[in-house]
Amino acid sequence: MSSQWNDAPGGFHPASAPDFLPRRELARLQLGRLRSVVERAHARVELFRRRMEERGVTPADVRSLEDLGRLPFTVKTDLRDTYPFGLFASPMEQIVRLHASSGTTGKPIVVAYTEADLRVWTSVMVRTFAACGLHRGDVIQNAYGYGLFTGGLGAHYGAEALGATVIPISGGNTERQLMVLQDFGATAICCTPSYMIHLVERAREAGISFERLKVGVFGAEPWTEEMRRHIEAAAGIRAHDVYGLSEIIGPGVGIECERRDGLHLFEDHFYPEIIDPETGEVLPDGAEGELVLTTLSKEAMPMIRYRTRDITSIVPEPCACGRTLRRIRRIGRRSDDMLIIRGVNVFPSQVEAALLAVEGTLPHYQIVLARVQGLDEMEVQVEVTPEVFSDVIGALEALRRRLEAAIDHVVGIRVKVTLVAPRTLARSEGKAKRVLDRRNM
Amino acid sequence: MKIRQLSVFLENRPGQLRFPCKALGDAGIDIVTMSLADTAQFGILRLVVKEWERAKSVLEAAGVVVNVTEVLAVDVPDRPGGLAAVLEAFEQAGVGVEYMYPSASRERGRHATLLFRLEDPDRAEKLLEAAGVKLVGPAELFARS
Repeated sequence: MSSQWNDAPGGFHPASAPDFLPRRELARLQLGRLRSVVERAHARVELFRRRMEERGVTPADVRSLEDLGRLPFTVKTDLRDTYPFGLFASPMEQIVRLHASSGTTGKPIVVAYTEADLRVWTSVMVRTFAACGLHRGDVIQNAYGYGLFTGGLGAHYGAEALGATVIPISGGNTERQLMVLQDFGATAICCTPSYMIHLVERAREAGISFERLKVGVFGAEPWTEEMRRHIEAAAGIRAHDVYGLSEIIGPGVGIECERRDGLHLFEDHFYPEIIDPETGEVLPDGAEGELVLTTLSKEAMPMIRYRTRDITSIVPEPCACGRTLRRIRRIGRRSDDMLIIRGVNVFPSQVEAALLAVEGTLPHYQIVLARVQGLDEMEVQVEVTPEVFSDVIGALEALRRRLEAAIDHVVGIRVKVTLVAPRTLARSEGKAKRVLDRRNM
Repeated sequence: MKIRQLSVFLENRPGQLRFPCKALGDAGIDIVTMSLADTAQFGILRLVVKEWERAKSVLEAAGVVVNVTEVLAVDVPDRPGGLAAVLEAFEQAGVGVEYMYPSASRERGRHATLLFRLEDPDRAEKLLEAAGVKLVGPAELFARS
């Protein structure tokens, strides 16, 4: 390695070396890791073994990276059906961390990490921050939520390992965020892009400018080029898109380098395929389809061909930054009905489960998403049925509050429930349109 | 002696109040009296009509959510302290009031007729009669309008 591998401005962080591996070397590394992870999952995860047997394939059949296409897919409902620990490939005494994110109905999905998994996660987050031009001496305000959500701790340990100064402020409390941002002199911030827009607007109202802030690492929800331009102009920073999902590891699956032209995937740990979401057929680089990821080095919870439901394409051309890691296009939509609201995954089925629990039958409802002062707001409009209608205002208000509490409990974010008259919500061919997204994305 | 009251759910937007009233008008149903309760989000229109069953089917056919409850009509002496005296009788009988509104039909100069939605109408009716409160039945109320 030349002298460019040093942790100083202008140099590359030593941990970023795998970003620049020659493709042939990378492929050899990937194949070796793929074979051992398939072996591990086959030996230790019953669901995966059964699916392989059904397809008549064995771990020995994986002789090339292309052979991955012969293996069965894993989907989000597999995590729900095996809740909480059914897909673990390590005994609990080797698991040092659990995280969880929302599932498709009431129960969350649980993910696990061994010590080695955490080391991998930290290393890809170091490479993430390094690709954003951050290094020792930077002050990173980490406004991702700390807790079961992977965003907070994932970014935290990566930033620390980078050698940067971490401000573990977690999410929310805008006044305090702005005070700390100004007084502690953060040079970088991590949060959801919609929260950054909120921060920028509140800062403008308060007459605060972010003089030292230069970089934003934004993710956990889809955003647009328009949002990027708005954030960059208003805050005077460079905004990077970071990609990740709990099922794979958390944040740190992919990151935009300084070119900000697609997200480099950390392919040495997460192997990407693009498939036709209808047929499951693997598509060539450049074609748009659903992103499927295989964890090449995960111990506690290997994911083989996990269907992310995110629609994107792999950029066939190499990046001018010199990284050999392939890039995916910014994710603009999903192939299922999952909504991402303030970084939280929300499924209409969760809302249905809550409405059903309160009312006993499922009323007609509609989810309306709006962006107010840069923040996502979720309103659930519920048609009043004769069964729940009362002539007493207090009883209807109580019903409304019960519905809000039930949805909040299942989904994990505050929602506003509005009672509406029957037959007011749009229906097409008898079926109601369940989601009205007015966030202009 | 109890009177059937229809309640209708209304959203807070223009045209919502007119819609059920027009449906009843088109069906030739006369509204005896009514009251509107509102919140920031929605309103509840409470109606007393002569043919409550027909009114209910007309409204339901028009796609309106209708709820039927029983209210008591009470003649209150039209003089200072008249209402307070009646409410005192309620209080002594331990009858809780959910809400109340005046009837549009009244015997001018003698009584005001008020409609009370009470917590337990059956029990309230017995207690109030025993306490000497003058309850007005549907026939009498409708005859005045």
